[in-house]
Amino acid sequence: MNSHKLATASVIAIAAATFANTAQAEELTLCWAAWDPANALVELSKEFEAESGHSMSFEFVPWPNFADRMLNELNSGGQLCDLLIGDSQWIGGGAENGHYVKLNDFFDTAGISMDDFADATVYAYSTWPKGTPNYYALPAMGDANGWFYRKDWFEREDIRAAFMEQTGRELAEPTSQLELLEIAQFFQGREIDGNTVYGAAIFTERGSEGITMGVTGALYPWGFKYENTPGSYDMEGAVNSPEAVEALEFYKEFYQTATPPGYTNAYMGESLDAFKSGQVAMAMNWFAFFPGLYADPGVGGDKIDFFVNPPQNYAGSTLGGQGISVVSYSDKQDAALEYIAWFAQPEVQAKWWGLGGYSAHNSVLNDPGFEASAPFAGDFLVAMQDVKDFWQEPVYAELLLSMQKRMHDYVVADQGTAQEALDLLIQDWTEVFEDEGKL
Amino acid sequence: MSDKTINRVAKATPRRLARKVRGLSDRAIAWIFVGPTIFLLLAINIFPLIWTINLSFTNFKANRINRAVDYIGLRNYERILTDGDIWLSMQATAHFLFWTIFFQVLIGFALAWLINRKFKGNDIWTTIIVLPMMLSPAVVGNFWTFLYQPQIGLFNYVVAFFTGADPSSFEMLGSVDLAPWSIVIVDTWMWTPFVMLICLAGLRSIPDYIYEAAEVDRASKLRQFFTITIPMVMPFLMLAVLFRGIENFKMFDLVVQLTGGGPGSTTELASINLKREAFEKWRTGYSSAFAIILFVTVFGLASIYVKALNKVKER
Repeated sequence: MNSHKLATASVIAIAAATFANTAQAEELTLCWAAWDPANALVELSKEFEAESGHSMSFEFVPWPNFADRMLNELNSGGQLCDLLIGDSQWIGGGAENGHYVKLNDFFDTAGISMDDFADATVYAYSTWPKGTPNYYALPAMGDANGWFYRKDWFEREDIRAAFMEQTGRELAEPTSQLELLEIAQFFQGREIDGNTVYGAAIFTERGSEGITMGVTGALYPWGFKYENTPGSYDMEGAVNSPEAVEALEFYKEFYQTATPPGYTNAYMGESLDAFKSGQVAMAMNWFAFFPGLYADPGVGGDKIDFFVNPPQNYAGSTLGGQGISVVSYSDKQDAALEYIAWFAQPEVQAKWWGLGGYSAHNSVLNDPGFEASAPFAGDFLVAMQDVKDFWQEPVYAELLLSMQKRMHDYVVADQGTAQEALDLLIQDWTEVFEDEGKL
Repeated sequence: MSDKTINRVAKATPRRLARKVRGLSDRAIAWIFVGPTIFLLLAINIFPLIWTINLSFTNFKANRINRAVDYIGLRNYERILTDGDIWLSMQATAHFLFWTIFFQVLIGFALAWLINRKFKGNDIWTTIIVLPMMLSPAVVGNFWTFLYQPQIGLFNYVVAFFTGADPSSFEMLGSVDLAPWSIVIVDTWMWTPFVMLICLAGLRSIPDYIYEAAEVDRASKLRQFFTITIPMVMPFLMLAVLFRGIENFKMFDLVVQLTGGGPGSTTELASINLKREAFEKWRTGYSSAFAIILFVTVFGLASIYVKALNKVKER
């Protein structure tokens, strides 16, 4: 009898504990990179806290250390993050190594349809294997590499006249990569208001992903492909095609003739610094920074304008942006999924865009007022139509580091030729895929 | 006798414990004292070393724990020893090692020799000189990055002042030719005081009477320097070289902060390469083999060097 009572009491206790656990308020930790949109998300998440009763804490890591820090966390099965807004290239590793929770069932239950989000972002941020309806993230932050420039300089009559005299055409936003270079070279070393200014700030960083993100901004418009046939890992003739060689030579010429002195290891922060300090006429960077730049009291407002990465043979922009995933090692997965359900709502997505985050929700992007909502909104839509991403394989880090090395060796250290750099890159990548058993 | 410390301790020891200890041999008591240290040594040093050797024969990747691990024999070692990029990083390490030690010993000894002389403000100068080695390598790397900046950097302006060149016409960190020297300069600036202190200890350990005897024998100052000072400081100098050699072979933080291994891979020292392989590419088996090769290299060189050092001491 006693044992029967004990068993009954135990069952009731376990049931009560389970119920209490599901009903209780959790403290969720969301991990992301430390940048402007992260601050917007903190603001946005206050509504979630008020609605759900859960509290949010945030772990934001500076970009140069973001991948190292977060991938170490995932690889060690760490429980720091319940939700992770991870880079698009991590999706393969996140899915195959079991770091991310597969969201298909949850999406079905919560009534979240991937058709409500821009196709390019679903493909890039959510699916693994690529393009299949297996979802490991919800598109959280659409992004691409774009350009901004000193509109006030471009409008000055003396500068326009000098440009016309030098090139025989009007100074305007470039419509091709070659025009971009020509404009940058025009500004290089020019005296403006008593200061020497330079052409453009581009990405040359060696340590994380910088130079690869910059170089691909030239490679894609020339028609660069990773494989001859998608999924075949057949890279010979694609990665080192004549167009790819030409694009790489172009990027090196850009670096050598149109960037500030000492610009050998520069990424997002350096690009913003160079522009904000009035050092350069143009700069490449992610759309994510554009709201902050437009609001900048020194160089924003009427002084700045934006353009999409110019085409050459094709239109093409380097994809940025991230999806939000639930970390499989979290013991607060229910609450984390609640956050995703809340975040996916159209009205929340509209607020997200309003605060400076780049929503990928069709209700926001297709809104008739979207293009006029910010000076860079139209460019963002155009850019997202032709984005291309780096490998998203589970071994993306090895592939990325090889490209970082080969590109920096050629562009910055001036070693070898473009053809040699791309040939060596194929060798490196082949070795990686052979180790993976994919070749 | 009865109020001696040992007796007081014996009295204070609980009877049960005293009974237990009394039954142990001296050797057993010695083991009790040494045991924890040996255990820690095995756990922290020996076991990881053996585990690393084991991993070096596999294709294990720490970020792919679900993947099957295969033993691939000496494949990792073969790959490393035939990889041109690895040899380039070893060359960069050798260049860094040789020139930093050369300059640090030269300047460190000269400074020690000057500081050893009695003059007003000797202590203050010693303190000022040793300041750089008290700073964090991250801080040093960061501010030298600014000093080397071609447009606003003080270093470029100083060089321009003496040479008449345009300050922004050369890039210490961005030039393939200058970057290896830029890291040598910073390491020398930071660690010369360390060598100076060791040399100073050596100089101050030389008894005055030896110089006095040399004076009596009318030996010139130059003769005294080469026959007394240098031989007697030599063991200290060699010790400084050993310390700096081991430290600089594994140099990482300062160089990462300054150049990140660039431009290209010009300043990618072996330790930076190893870190990239192990914790960025996650090639755990491959990087374990690389670590073993580096370990054997340092251990072998250090053993030879220590033997030479002992011979010098015996002289």
